[in-house]
Amino acid sequence: MVCLNVMANQMSDRKIIVQGIFIAVGVIFIIKLAMLQIFDHQYRDLADRQALRDITQYPARGLVYDRNGELLVYNEAVYDLMVIPRMTKGLDTAYFCKTLGIDLEEFSQRMEKACKYSTYSASIFMKQISKEEYGRWQNVLYKFPGFYVTQRTLRVYDKPIAAHVLGYVGEVNEADLERDSYYKQGDYIGKSGLEKSYEEILRGVKGHKVMHVDVHNREIGSYQNGALDSTAIEGGNLYTTLDADLQQYAEKVMANKRGCIVAIEPSTGEVLTLVSAPSYDPNLLVGRVRGKNYSALAADISKPLFNRALQAQYPPGSIFKVAQAMIALDLGAITPGTGFVCDKVLGCHNHPSARSVQEAIKMSCNPYFYYTYRRVIQQGHYKNIHRDAHYGLSVWDTYMNRFGFGTRLEIDLPNVQSGNIPDTNFYDKWYGKDGWAFATIYSNSIGQGEVQVVPLQMANLACIVANRGYYYTPHLVRYYGPDSTRNNAFYQKHHTGIDSKYFDIAARGMYDVVHTAGGTAHRANIPDIDICGKTGTAENIGVDHSVFVCFAPMDNPKIAVAVYVENAGAGGAWAAPIASLIVEKYIRGEVERSEFERLYVETNPCQKLPLTRRVKKKKK
Amino acid sequence: MLTNEKKKYDWLTIALYLLIVIFGWFNIYAACYDEAHAAIFDFSRQHGKQLIWMGIAFLLALSVILIEPRVFSNAAYIIYVVLLALLVVTLFIGQVTNGGQSWINFGAFKFQPSEFAKWATALALAKYLSQIDLDFKKPKTKLIAIILLAVPALLILLQHDAGSTLVFAGFIFALFREGLSGYILLLGVLAIALFVLALVVNQYLLIGIVAALCLAYLFIWLNKRNSKDYWHIALFFVLCSVFILSVDFAFEKVLEPHQKDRIYVLLGKSDDIKGTGYNVHQSKIAIGSGGFTGKGFLKGTITKADFVPEQETDFIFCTVGEEWGFLVSSLLVAAYILLIVRIVGLAERQRGTFARVYGYSIAGILFMHILINIGMVLGLIPVIGIPLPFFSYGGSSLLSFTLMLFVFIRQDADRNQLL
Repeated sequence: MVCLNVMANQMSDRKIIVQGIFIAVGVIFIIKLAMLQIFDHQYRDLADRQALRDITQYPARGLVYDRNGELLVYNEAVYDLMVIPRMTKGLDTAYFCKTLGIDLEEFSQRMEKACKYSTYSASIFMKQISKEEYGRWQNVLYKFPGFYVTQRTLRVYDKPIAAHVLGYVGEVNEADLERDSYYKQGDYIGKSGLEKSYEEILRGVKGHKVMHVDVHNREIGSYQNGALDSTAIEGGNLYTTLDADLQQYAEKVMANKRGCIVAIEPSTGEVLTLVSAPSYDPNLLVGRVRGKNYSALAADISKPLFNRALQAQYPPGSIFKVAQAMIALDLGAITPGTGFVCDKVLGCHNHPSARSVQEAIKMSCNPYFYYTYRRVIQQGHYKNIHRDAHYGLSVWDTYMNRFGFGTRLEIDLPNVQSGNIPDTNFYDKWYGKDGWAFATIYSNSIGQGEVQVVPLQMANLACIVANRGYYYTPHLVRYYGPDSTRNNAFYQKHHTGIDSKYFDIAARGMYDVVHTAGGTAHRANIPDIDICGKTGTAENIGVDHSVFVCFAPMDNPKIAVAVYVENAGAGGAWAAPIASLIVEKYIRGEVERSEFERLYVETNPCQKLPLTRRVKKKKK
Repeated sequence: MLTNEKKKYDWLTIALYLLIVIFGWFNIYAACYDEAHAAIFDFSRQHGKQLIWMGIAFLLALSVILIEPRVFSNAAYIIYVVLLALLVVTLFIGQVTNGGQSWINFGAFKFQPSEFAKWATALALAKYLSQIDLDFKKPKTKLIAIILLAVPALLILLQHDAGSTLVFAGFIFALFREGLSGYILLLGVLAIALFVLALVVNQYLLIGIVAALCLAYLFIWLNKRNSKDYWHIALFFVLCSVFILSVDFAFEKVLEPHQKDRIYVLLGKSDDIKGTGYNVHQSKIAIGSGGFTGKGFLKGTITKADFVPEQETDFIFCTVGEEWGFLVSSLLVAAYILLIVRIVGLAERQRGTFARVYGYSIAGILFMHILINIGMVLGLIPVIGIPLPFFSYGGSSLLSFTLMLFVFIRQDADRNQLL
């Protein structure tokens, strides 16, 4: 049985061909494996995207307390229904819609939106579902593939106050996403007020949980035993300087008016109350109704979203005279006993001529401050009146900045305005160098002209007089977070550099404003409380604005208040009595002058009032 | 049988077999692993059942070694006829799963005759070709050999099991070794190439290219031409053209819709990663995400989460790719190639035609399985569902391949005694 022949020998060479084919295929497979596993990195991402789900745990936002420990802002749990469009295969759409109470059209709209964002990653299908609503279909959620819920929190305000201080939170926009990688689409961020300025404290730190999900989108466990997970850290609380009772009272007083009230504790710079009227209920800007309400508020011509206390730049009117007097005294331009005849060089009301600074403040004599200001501006250092005014204004400008005018008071709220104290550059630009002198700028003397301040700066002026020469930056938060962190900037004294004895004169003058014959604000008188104030009537196109700043008591002042009521006429008519109500409420805890209170709380200043001075109407 | 030399088992082949089977079990365990059913001997789970199959397979291997090798060559035709009968029976009482009708129920166990039919055909072919004074050059011999292969192949095709039918193409290596013209192999390759090109490129453009190549062959590469060459080339060109033109028809009329889709996906003409392309897309994700070293045993995120269908069976290679990475999956490919290269080497050293033809046959069968299965998982070949030998979950598959291999190992061990 010899079957070895020539033929077989030749054929046995074919072994090589067969083995060669096998090896070639093996080599092709290994090359392909290398391409898939070593050189192409997309599969790793694809795998992670479909098999891992990053579940964000949203920390509760920090709480906000008032100065007495009363809770102003807290949170309520709500649920966002999330969807991963790719995973919704086999969804019983009709049943789903019925459960959620939406119609098919809405379903496809929402679904389309989600698909537009991504079919692979989760996006919000329906947001801010209340606990009750979620409870109704929580137990059938598992029947909806591709859907799950994440818990979020919403702000709740028991008292509908301090909307402008507290601010509101809203969804992040493109700019936020670009600026800070912490935020993801659909996250919330403080948009205004303390919510914005303390965003990084309040927001806490998001937690992450990486879950391993299977093809049916069921979670089958924690990925890598939670090695990549992090727990959420709750947001830090804010302990504010606000006095909730006073704030509520002040808002009640301002309810039917336009304007603002700022009350500060002079010895610390702590803002007790900050009202901008008209205001709104902060609960309006929470949750699913936020968008609608926001549009309505933004469209309101009375601008309820505008924080007048920080952003409205008004002419200060006569309250400015206090600062003018202090600067002139410090410069030696006048002495406490300097008198000027009320010659009506500027329009003035009828009163005897002021024989001292104290009397000038009491009577708010316009010509007195005209002459005072002239001595400040024209100091006689230069023969050329233009150059002399140039020098004088620059000196004056520096002083004013030390009063916090013309610079931003770095309060812990966003968008505070600096007002305007015109400097030499300002006038050079307008009139050209040597194109202006005292005669051009004298309106500044009585707080008109180019001078503009924000109400916060007015209250700060009252603080400076109350402290006899210095102030602390007004602020709204005493300390925050778990470690009770304080901001050192708020504990630094800002001194005007003017001798306190001059401020004593100012304080006495302001006392006289309220308490002695010829003073302009008798309506601010509170029995048994030594209130010192200064009226202002800011000229305006239309009806003048009523301004009043005050502090009380005269010695060891506890509160300084600025009140600005738009279009209400003279300072003594509206702003002064309102300020006195705030002072009384704060010092006594309640207002005893109930008839007086009723009058000023319930009446709208734009109506004619028996007690008001006739308001003059100017041409529009 | 005159000498009584000691039996020489090829331990390399046995070692490769054991290595692949055991590593396969670990991957089945990983593929169906979940923490609630982590027990190794949980016989309600596939990994537990596979342990039983492995036990039976090892017993089977042992019994085959104890049986005289003659038994199989003597009984070759009987086995072949019995399996053919079973294939016919399957057509009538077979259970339909996944569109194929290839299972017979035996009480608790399901049995897939087509798996064993390949082995039976290998035996029958070896038996036929090992007849004394058989001349392979005679067309009659070739015809009978091809009928021996075609009958089971067709019966299996009738079960809608395209994959197992394709495996019969693996016998071409045995026929090639026994004297089939090498041109047949080349023609086969050419036919596949033209088929693919006809689907991708415009048919007439393709015919033009073939014409240009024919002319180039005639007038540039051929130095001496005679009229016979012209006729041959002309015939070749006509056949090619007819083939190209009929591809479209064959593709539309002969193939089933899902088969067409799978081919389109492979050729990149369709990108339906949610539908037809889903399996391959997921399988590539699983393998690709394994990287160089893999995610670690039981740590595959894709395979663990049931993204890849048929993961313990046809797509088991994904688990290897994902959890063990390039390092081990390329070693596994190498082990398979080493195994079949080794079988061919052993077959070639047989003195008897039966063992040689049988060896080549099973090498071809294994090769086709590896080619189709791994090629499919890597996205190189359209999705055709056949198991990875010794590795995929399934009793019929493991037992038939074990039987197939150990019959050969037994033949090989006795190679010196036959003379």
